[in-house]
Amino acid sequence: MLKDKDRIFKNLYNDLGSDIVSAQRRGDWVNTKEIINKGRDWIINEIKESQLRGRGGAGFPTGLKWSFAPKEVGSRPHYLVINGDESEPGTCKDRDILRFEPHKLIEGCLIASYAVQAHVCYIYIRGEYFVDGQKLQAAIDDAYEKKLVGKNASGTGWDLDIYIHYGAGAYICGEETALLESIEGNKGQPRLKPPFPALIGLYGCPTIINNVETIAVVPTILRRGGKWFASLGREKNTGTKIFCISGNVNSPCNVEEEMSIPLKELIEVHAGGVVGGWDNLQAVIPGGSSMPLIPKEKCETLTMDFDSLVAEKSGLGTAGVVVINKDQDIIKCMARIARFYKHESCGQCTPCREGSGWMWRMLERMAKGEASKDEIEMLGDVTKQIEGHTICAFGEGSSWPVQGLLRHFKDEIKKRNKFDPIVKENKNIPYLVDQHLLDKNA
Amino acid sequence: MSLKRPAKEQPEKFEFNSSSLNIANNIIAKYPKGRQQSAVMALLYIAQRQNNNWIPLAAMKYIAKILDMPYIKVYEVATFYSMYNLSPVGKYFVQVCTTTPCMIRGANKLVEACKEKISVNESELSKDKSCSWIEVECLGACVNAPMMQINDEYYEDLNKEKTLEILDKILKGDTPKAGSYRGRVNNEPENNRKTLMEFKNA
Repeated sequence: MLKDKDRIFKNLYNDLGSDIVSAQRRGDWVNTKEIINKGRDWIINEIKESQLRGRGGAGFPTGLKWSFAPKEVGSRPHYLVINGDESEPGTCKDRDILRFEPHKLIEGCLIASYAVQAHVCYIYIRGEYFVDGQKLQAAIDDAYEKKLVGKNASGTGWDLDIYIHYGAGAYICGEETALLESIEGNKGQPRLKPPFPALIGLYGCPTIINNVETIAVVPTILRRGGKWFASLGREKNTGTKIFCISGNVNSPCNVEEEMSIPLKELIEVHAGGVVGGWDNLQAVIPGGSSMPLIPKEKCETLTMDFDSLVAEKSGLGTAGVVVINKDQDIIKCMARIARFYKHESCGQCTPCREGSGWMWRMLERMAKGEASKDEIEMLGDVTKQIEGHTICAFGEGSSWPVQGLLRHFKDEIKKRNKFDPIVKENKNIPYLVDQHLLDKNA
Repeated sequence: MSLKRPAKEQPEKFEFNSSSLNIANNIIAKYPKGRQQSAVMALLYIAQRQNNNWIPLAAMKYIAKILDMPYIKVYEVATFYSMYNLSPVGKYFVQVCTTTPCMIRGANKLVEACKEKISVNESELSKDKSCSWIEVECLGACVNAPMMQINDEYYEDLNKEKTLEILDKILKGDTPKAGSYRGRVNNEPENNRKTLMEFKNA
């Protein structure tokens, strides 16, 4: 287990108070000026050395992302945007940072803004977290009052303004370009990339976008050194991470742990074990609903980091661990996730708009045993038609969980759905054509 | 995408009162000159708060005028995002999360409670027109499942009995206490905490 002295979020459970005085007692804002005086290159290098990867789901190296910002500020100002649109089912880590460790985030905003030469930082918070956003706003106001941000922030000579922008209940705004569209006052529909936001982002200006957790760990990394952070976890999967363990466990919780911690330890030690005992475990969604589930056999030895989960054809995502035990109907669980994606598709790309609903309807029927045999293959085909054929990664996010179900629980679906298809003859026509219409003409 | 329809009965006029206008001007100032359109989401919220939890079409027209943007662009934003209510929802708006992490911990019991106490169908006002309920997608409090949101506040770690109690209170016009209903502190593992012990009772 990670030692308490190596935990970054000491106030994760709000034992110590989230106000500025308590935060300063924990070490926030202590030597911000000295850190910034070491210069941009030192900051970015230290972050690169720490091998910090983005905590929002994709796991892109943070230091590298910052280095994409133009070296000189041209006619267009630079922006820093913080993504706090936490909406991935199974994930609730950013909420605790917003309400209990706001000063870690605000200090991180100042350091990151300096590193990418931004004078304005927007923090995008999902609209449902209004109360938590108000707590962050109070913390920002305190920081302004103490001159930690604002003009000549913390005495560094750097000016920084921080503003909160509330979302309004659209999962897709967690996608970085949709988030930018949303700040600009449009529907949150993702943009084509390239151009990447680092060059053409908010209002057409260079913009760096990071997750709340990524920015909140930056000050501690710079205080304790990139080497310290890199010594936790393993190569390329370093540091600590807040894991959210929900679902059928005895004590669901958020906990900060070392990267590469065994999944079994996370569930058994921190979350009090699976309801009904470890043998009652059916499957685990390891990184928020977009990531394919992992069946019990593999949960025995699995370690939780970016690369080891990719090796299992899943992903760490946001580290929202959803535990599903044998009392649950796994097909129903996935049908509900498919309904989530059907509801949240922004409607811009046809494969996603139509496909997400199609997958949901098929899964609902499969849960009831009303689907025909060949629909199982059709479902797999639909996921393949969506994946990789959309502007943003939502297409993958909606099709991967279904693919995970098909990969590990196909027998279960087959056992329940025994109907013969309407069309008996296999004509080797792609499933996306209405075969019964072709049959009539034959 | 969710289907949203503006209410049939619409007020003819809508204007911000002076405090709303004040807040709106402060928000517009957060964005660069010429980018006032960025404030449209915030202004829709302000209209919703002022107008008893829903946004009439007149408010969209009014906001379009303030922000110097086409009315249809405001309409587009108001219909895209799910948190803007385009028809009356009552003083207390109950949103029950039923996405998988809540579902497997019994969110359907919360829905049952809403059906018993508020109205048989979702998005339907209660008899006294004071509240309504809907099922929503993940509210981001998964370790506190099952949970629901009433107006701005989260009510967590619920079961059917507790939900019925909360709904009784709001139907009487009281605002129940927010947070966990199993007495747990924030997101810590109940009776099983193994980390940061030195701070626990600090």
